[in-house]
Amino acid sequence: MTAQSITQVLGTCIVAAPAALLAALGIPSLFGEPLRERAAVRWIHGVMAVGLLSAVAMLAVMLNAGQTLVEIRIGDWVGIETEHFHFHVAFIFDRLSVPFVILIYVLCGTIGKFTSRYLHRDRGFNRFCVFFAFFTLGMVVSSLAGTIEVLFLGWELVGLSSALLVAFFHLRSNPVRNGLRVWGVYRIADAAFLIAALMMHHMTGGGDFTGLMGTDAWPSGHATIASEQALIVGLLLLLAASGKSALVPFSGWLPRAMEGPTPSSAVFYGALSVHLGAFLLMRVSPMLDLSMGLRIAVIGLGLLTAVYSAITERVQTDVKSALAFASLTQVGLIVAEIGLGLDYVALIHMIGHACLRTLQLLRAPTLLRDYHMLENAIGARLTHGPSFWERIVPDRFRAWFYAVASNRGHLDSAIDDYVTAPFRAVFRWCDAMEHRWTRFLSGGEPSSGTAEGPVD
Amino acid sequence: MNELSFPWLECAVLIPLVAVPAVLRVRDPETALRRTLVASSLAFLCAVAASVDFGWSGGFDARAPWDPWSVLAGRDGMVIDGLSAPLLPLAALLYLLVVVATLRTKIRRFPFAWTLFSESALLALLGCRDPWGVIGLLAIQTIPPFFELRRRGRSTRVYTAHMLLFLGLLVGGWVMLDLEQSATEHSIWAIGMLIGAVVIRNGSIPVHCWMTDLFENASFATALLFVTPMAGAYAAVRLVLPVAPDWALRSIAVVSLGTSVYAAGMALVQRDARRFFAYLFLGNASLVLVGLEVATPISLAGGLCVWLSVCMSLTGFGLTLRAIESRTGRISLDRYHGLYDHMPRLATFFLLTGLASIGFPGTVGFVGAELLIEGVVGVYPIVGTLVVLAGALNGIAVLKAYFRLFTGTEHLASISLRARWPERVAVLALSVLILCGGLWPEPGVAWRYDAAQEIIARRRIRLAGSERHVVEAHRVPEHPASSIPVVPPTDRLRRVF
Repeated sequence: MTAQSITQVLGTCIVAAPAALLAALGIPSLFGEPLRERAAVRWIHGVMAVGLLSAVAMLAVMLNAGQTLVEIRIGDWVGIETEHFHFHVAFIFDRLSVPFVILIYVLCGTIGKFTSRYLHRDRGFNRFCVFFAFFTLGMVVSSLAGTIEVLFLGWELVGLSSALLVAFFHLRSNPVRNGLRVWGVYRIADAAFLIAALMMHHMTGGGDFTGLMGTDAWPSGHATIASEQALIVGLLLLLAASGKSALVPFSGWLPRAMEGPTPSSAVFYGALSVHLGAFLLMRVSPMLDLSMGLRIAVIGLGLLTAVYSAITERVQTDVKSALAFASLTQVGLIVAEIGLGLDYVALIHMIGHACLRTLQLLRAPTLLRDYHMLENAIGARLTHGPSFWERIVPDRFRAWFYAVASNRGHLDSAIDDYVTAPFRAVFRWCDAMEHRWTRFLSGGEPSSGTAEGPVD
Repeated sequence: MNELSFPWLECAVLIPLVAVPAVLRVRDPETALRRTLVASSLAFLCAVAASVDFGWSGGFDARAPWDPWSVLAGRDGMVIDGLSAPLLPLAALLYLLVVVATLRTKIRRFPFAWTLFSESALLALLGCRDPWGVIGLLAIQTIPPFFELRRRGRSTRVYTAHMLLFLGLLVGGWVMLDLEQSATEHSIWAIGMLIGAVVIRNGSIPVHCWMTDLFENASFATALLFVTPMAGAYAAVRLVLPVAPDWALRSIAVVSLGTSVYAAGMALVQRDARRFFAYLFLGNASLVLVGLEVATPISLAGGLCVWLSVCMSLTGFGLTLRAIESRTGRISLDRYHGLYDHMPRLATFFLLTGLASIGFPGTVGFVGAELLIEGVVGVYPIVGTLVVLAGALNGIAVLKAYFRLFTGTEHLASISLRARWPERVAVLALSVLILCGGLWPEPGVAWRYDAAQEIIARRRIRLAGSERHVVEAHRVPEHPASSIPVVPPTDRLRRVF
């Protein structure tokens, strides 16, 4: 068996494992016969083990064979030869995707194990497992995507599962409202992503990353488009990444996303999902070499997010929100590192941060107990003195910072006031006008409306 | 023209028609339901057989070996071709599933006879290529909803005004075209009237109010079956696309693009579930028309793919909504209903079909939407991105409706609200189609691309014919659609089967 055929088999296993998990959990649910809890847990553990072992074996084979890039082409999902329209399904294994996919399997495996106890006998256990399978498949597909279309496919799966998991505790309206908000931001980000993908298609004649970034392994690729094109596509991708990674001005959704169950908060918004935008920027990082404007925008947005979330994090009153903003601070720094061209630093930072944050979020429900243990151990209350900033910033400014930070920089309210509210007002006005027009046409008879209309 | 091995099409049209008196005669609604089910099932099987038979024949089009219709309606009176081959079985399936999903508590009020009549008219329409035949059948199609509105004591004025205007413009436009047959090019009035007719029937802004009115006042099933097969899009392909100059197609495309964004925005602010559905449908159906009227092979293929996906997904979505309505009454989207725990399967289907309608990955609409966007952006690089915006807004609207209906609170009910097996069968059948079409899209796309090429080739022949009188014979057409060569019949259809 050659190294090539081994990598083909391993690569297929890495991608097929979460797809099999989704089929195993999703199809019975579709027919109204969900798997029993124990069977679902076994499936999750088995799939995570297969995926992780395959990913590690892939890394070992690549290191052994001295390969820095393995491309697995599944073929054309759809192809119209005469129009040069192809929907390639291809996966690439390189220095970026292999560590990231190992990280995904490690963290998803950990969360799978944690969930089997945390949500034991919960009414929504099966629902959680199905969404979790969606998420894992989406993350694996996104991280290994060899074409922009495949990346978009995984990106969408991650978005949907995230929104539904934020709304997991669906008997209350707050989680649901927050889930819808997350979905709204994601859809805007997806639209930007899709437009960028279309532009890339038109520029390079296809969606393959090798066509856009050159055939050299990451991060040595050389983008093959013009500087102006790189700026436009790059800004669209930056907008997409901002939505997905909660960069400014979309940061408001991240603490809201903590309404979901702790396992999903940990793996999605603390560890993996929140880094997906940064991953996208890393994937297209050769494009940054073509446009200084784009580079400056990436660095600026990263730093702005880091500063914003570092300030906001300090005034949060619940541990999950504090961790969300702490997470965002690091994501902002990672984005700035990508902008500065420190690709390996950004990758290592991302992996380390994801592991740390998962641990912190999984410990979050027992934080008070941990504090008590510490205090019991030292025999006194935990105290902390004034920080460096508290010492040097005058009280007047500190009060102002506090007000801004406790309102989370007014980002959410700005979006509500200047985007959502005008949009709603315009369309509500149109709706009222339509009602009047229809009433006029029907000779003044009111439309049947909600209460009295026929139901069959 | 090839010959089918049996007059499947004629049977598909006649069986429901013959069943109408058989259903009208009985007083027992359960017997009426059974008879309607049998007739719809047979019509569906005949439509499937016609489609398969056409696929095997391997040509551009085919008709029955002995064709009595040709005496009445001419050579194109009852034909199956690349466009209609998937639409016929799909339309028959939609009728069958709507009848299957009708609960026994509703059958006393369900208009079985009118449903069979409209099924027959729709199948005849989809099998007809003759312009006057298409116009006549479009006119016949408008009758059942009118009588339903009257029977319910609702105002018919909005519906009637729009449909009369639609038919008047359609007939007027085509009469003028017939009179201008020998003219150098068709007048702006004739083309304008046809455009107006298509715009009204498709519910484009600003003449879309009849659609929301119909959904509010007619039964959900009747409104659903009148709009989801998209007879207006069929009229656009058969009547407008072959004769309209480029400016006319562009104007329809731009109006439809505006409609898709407007309807997506309106869907987001609706308080009534039926109006929400009407706008969601409008937003998606307009995208189909955008793809069709941009008239490049890619956009046309995308439009035809999205046509099928919207038909399937929004019928499933509508059936789910209808099932919920039949348990809770008319649904307000102003508040949370929290129905998930009472009807988890309906919730899943609602989400699945809703996401399929917006072209979510893994569903039947995904590749079609990609093709459509690619084609539209290729022609209108800036304005075309509005398609993406409309898709994003529709996505938000679908999830918002899902959350409002199934989550947010605890719903207390003293009786079981779970889906009954006929409802489950209906929506599951559509879900299987949606998922299979999404995971294995290649045959469907190839089939639609062939149909797109065929439509463009016909348009080219027709335009070349009318230009021949005044323009030198070998003038190179300006529009990219016109530069597509006439392709010979391929064996791709054969490969689909």
